[in-house]
Amino acid sequence: MRRLTKIACLAATALTATSALAQDQSPEQTALEIRQGHMLNYAANLGVVGGMARGDREYDAAAAQVAADNLLHLASINQSYYWPEGTSNADMEESRALPAIWENMADFDAKQETLLQAVTALQAAAGTDLATLQGAMGAVGQSCGGCHEDYRESDE
Amino acid sequence: MRRALTALGALALVGAGVAWWLTAPDPLPEEELAALQGDAARGRTIFAAAGCASCHVAPDSPTTDAPVLAGGQRFVTQFGTFVAPNISPSPQGVGDWTDAQVMNAVLRGVSPEGRHYYPAFPWNAYNKADPQDVADLVAHLRTLPPSDAESLPHEVPFPFNIRRSLGGWKLLFMQTDWVIAGDLTPEQERGRYLVEALGHCGECHTPRNILGGLRTSAWLSGAPDPSGTGHNPNITPAGLQWSEADIVAMLQSGFTPDFDVVGGEMSEVVANTAQLTDEDRQAIAAYLKAVPPIESAAPEPGTGDSTAEE
Repeated sequence: MRRLTKIACLAATALTATSALAQDQSPEQTALEIRQGHMLNYAANLGVVGGMARGDREYDAAAAQVAADNLLHLASINQSYYWPEGTSNADMEESRALPAIWENMADFDAKQETLLQAVTALQAAAGTDLATLQGAMGAVGQSCGGCHEDYRESDE
Repeated sequence: MRRALTALGALALVGAGVAWWLTAPDPLPEEELAALQGDAARGRTIFAAAGCASCHVAPDSPTTDAPVLAGGQRFVTQFGTFVAPNISPSPQGVGDWTDAQVMNAVLRGVSPEGRHYYPAFPWNAYNKADPQDVADLVAHLRTLPPSDAESLPHEVPFPFNIRRSLGGWKLLFMQTDWVIAGDLTPEQERGRYLVEALGHCGECHTPRNILGGLRTSAWLSGAPDPSGTGHNPNITPAGLQWSEADIVAMLQSGFTPDFDVVGGEMSEVVANTAQLTDEDRQAIAAYLKAVPPIESAAPEPGTGDSTAEE
């Protein structure tokens, strides 16, 4: 019985996974969901190092290093397929990406590079001690904000 | 009949005269302002709290310790496009103005030639600033690098291009008193000063009426972004369910409690609030918690607000 349940669960999971990648979803919708998932992934890991930096949770060198490693992986991903034309907030209701991205792609890429540098420094600092971690967080926040400033729609 | 017409004409003349008088720019006396000695070191903090650089640096300039206030940023609104002027210490900026002239611009929205400034320049918040703080601010302005960029004219169509009509706007919408009155702690009062006067937070976070006046009954309850897309959030306790510590952390780092990072104009604001003391950021948070909780206002017809209900 337990085995059957397990199989049923697996089947259900497979079905869900298949439907998520089903052909009825547009490539634009997929790109949007990938982006939003990527951003959530940043937030989850920033929550660990940021929570330690502001004293909401106790500093733990190993956990900080894991989160910082994840952030470096995330920031290293080549995002060229994340941003197809037709996925701005003018095209899609759920999108907050401003059309300015596609008008200034070189600058947009440069801001991604700024984030990569800030996160590289964070990854080197996170496992050392709390003060070093705190010192590296400011540049990360600024690089996030630098891109959101020009390229993300204001919203509640 | 002729007598009636004459009386009517006389009345109209008197009315026009009164209107002309009522809409006259109203600067503070030069001697009163000239008596204040500015402290440039203190002025650096006032300059950050007032967010001067955010609008007056050239477009796409990075934030620096000694910004060049060359002007040139464009602010598109439903009344036209306003272009921030050069306010650096140069002949093209405010280098040749007296301190009192700069202070009257900030505190009264009046130019050295005695003309009204458009409220895109937030004198309607700065008018509640302590004149000593503004004297300090001017002393700091004088230490910044000069720029020889010419200020560009605003692109504002008729009838909004009649500067005198701004006297009427001032009569209707000038906000010389605090919006949040009543008993406040000294910390909340400090926060009110930073939010309502220097920080001019209401300019973006409070909805406007059809003539562009702030609807103070809906104070800080959110408003459409003037750029035409997006919405600036409700930051009353009805909209912002953050702790004071969350607010302080955001004003210092840009990180929200969810570890999103604020964007848009708020990025510029954080660059400024990060330069304040922790006590001042804490005061802002204390004030925001004391503001009446107001649900996001329904849009007024004609204000271009289609997103307030989201």
